[in-house]
Amino acid sequence: MNTPLVKLKDVSFGYGSDPVLEAVDLEVRRGDYLGLIGPNGSGKTTMLKLILGTIAEPTRGKVELFGVPSGQFRDWWKVGYVAQKAASFNSGFPATVAEVVLTGRAPRRGLLRLYTREDRQAVSEALEKVGMLAFKDRLIGRLSGGQQQRVFIARALVSHPELLILDEPTVGVDVEAEAQFYRLIRELRQQMGLTVVLVSHDMGAVAHEVTSLACLNRRLFYHGSPEEFGTEEQLCELYGHHVRAIHHHHHD
Amino acid sequence: MLEMLSYSFMQRALLAGLMVAVICPAIGIFLVLRRLAQYGDTFAHVSLAGVAAGMLARFHPIYTALGFSVAVSLGIDWLRRRYSRYSELALAIMAPASLGLAVVLLSLTKGAGSEVLSYLFGSIMTVTQQNLYLIAGLGLIVLLALVLLYKEMLSVTFDEEFARIGGLPVGVVNAIFMVLTAMTVAMAMNIVGVLLVSALMVVPVATALQLARSFRGALALSVAAGLLSVLVGLTLAYTLNLAPGGTVVLTAVGLLLLVLGYKKARGLE
Repeated sequence: MNTPLVKLKDVSFGYGSDPVLEAVDLEVRRGDYLGLIGPNGSGKTTMLKLILGTIAEPTRGKVELFGVPSGQFRDWWKVGYVAQKAASFNSGFPATVAEVVLTGRAPRRGLLRLYTREDRQAVSEALEKVGMLAFKDRLIGRLSGGQQQRVFIARALVSHPELLILDEPTVGVDVEAEAQFYRLIRELRQQMGLTVVLVSHDMGAVAHEVTSLACLNRRLFYHGSPEEFGTEEQLCELYGHHVRAIHHHHHD
Repeated sequence: MLEMLSYSFMQRALLAGLMVAVICPAIGIFLVLRRLAQYGDTFAHVSLAGVAAGMLARFHPIYTALGFSVAVSLGIDWLRRRYSRYSELALAIMAPASLGLAVVLLSLTKGAGSEVLSYLFGSIMTVTQQNLYLIAGLGLIVLLALVLLYKEMLSVTFDEEFARIGGLPVGVVNAIFMVLTAMTVAMAMNIVGVLLVSALMVVPVATALQLARSFRGALALSVAAGLLSVLVGLTLAYTLNLAPGGTVVLTAVGLLLLVLGYKKARGLE
């Protein structure tokens, strides 16, 4: 019951001799709302890939999901994922909102099985939750950026995951849609008891929303409540600039 | 015009044509949406090499075409990963390599001329009973696979990264899809010819994309456009004594222009 949903133990990763992550320890527990922040190039994406299994193994250390080493983890439907808005999406694709959300049920239904009424019911419920049920039969490409994001959140929710991971969800979204987005995540946490990991480079906004913060810049050097973050916030940024400055020097 | 149905060669031609008209756009829509429309053309060249090998070995060419095409469909993915940054390079290598092989094999075969022409441009008027069974068998396999893998194919086609993260076996789905494409090309080659096969996989889909309001709709409209093109094309070819493959493809293109024109006239663009 107390198994962390995500556990990174002494995780390091690098391409060649360039370390991207160094000795990272992190746990995400049931009910957490974790903001994973750090400047561009801090290793956030790499860490996400390790958690989501798109990078198979860390160079050193262990990644566990629901208590299972990530290499052996099979219940990927337990993890809902929403990619950055623009990522891998052809806006001319002839699919309705409902058809897009239904693809989120495919892994759970299993290979060679047809969709059932239960799947279609789950699609309607997921769209209801994000307030997009009325747009069910619209073409996905005809929606605004904020609406598309809600549809992609519904696609992540439709498999009834226990953990929701959002990668830079507010990039390229206007202020109003951003406020709506945070409200939606708050509601989802209340209604479904969802555990949420939110990856962002925008510390200011995230710190107001989450229940815990992790600041990453190759190493993880803060993990705790956002209230106590105060002075480290500057440190995080300073450290980030410092690292990048050295890096630039090397390459110039 | 109905008298054409009284000839058994025409009955076979129509049956084979209708099956091809359903399968080609159904596979084609996934190719088009994944921006892999060139695959149809590449597999057509590979099939031709298979045909040439069959003629040289005095073995039924449609089987060798099928064998070559399926073998290459598995190899092409490997080549594509080798040049992951230039994925179209795999096709640009495979097509001329196959054509080269076809030409060399044909030059070794005595008296191949007229038979080759029927494979290049289609020979629907000479669909044998045996060919018809093979086309029906392949068609059923492809259709069944499409129904059973519909949700995986749509998921991978719409968003491959999401499908992979969700735990779908994306590599296996892609490999099966390539084999299905190869089978489709080999079965359609007999009807519309090597040079025109990819048109039947792409043009009806292009027509459907102009009108579709959903993926299911796009799939249904693609098949409908394919069926209409083959029916009208073959009837025209029969009554006006034209080359069937060419007439079918020109009908498909005509239908596309009609839809584009209609949208333009109605100010829907």
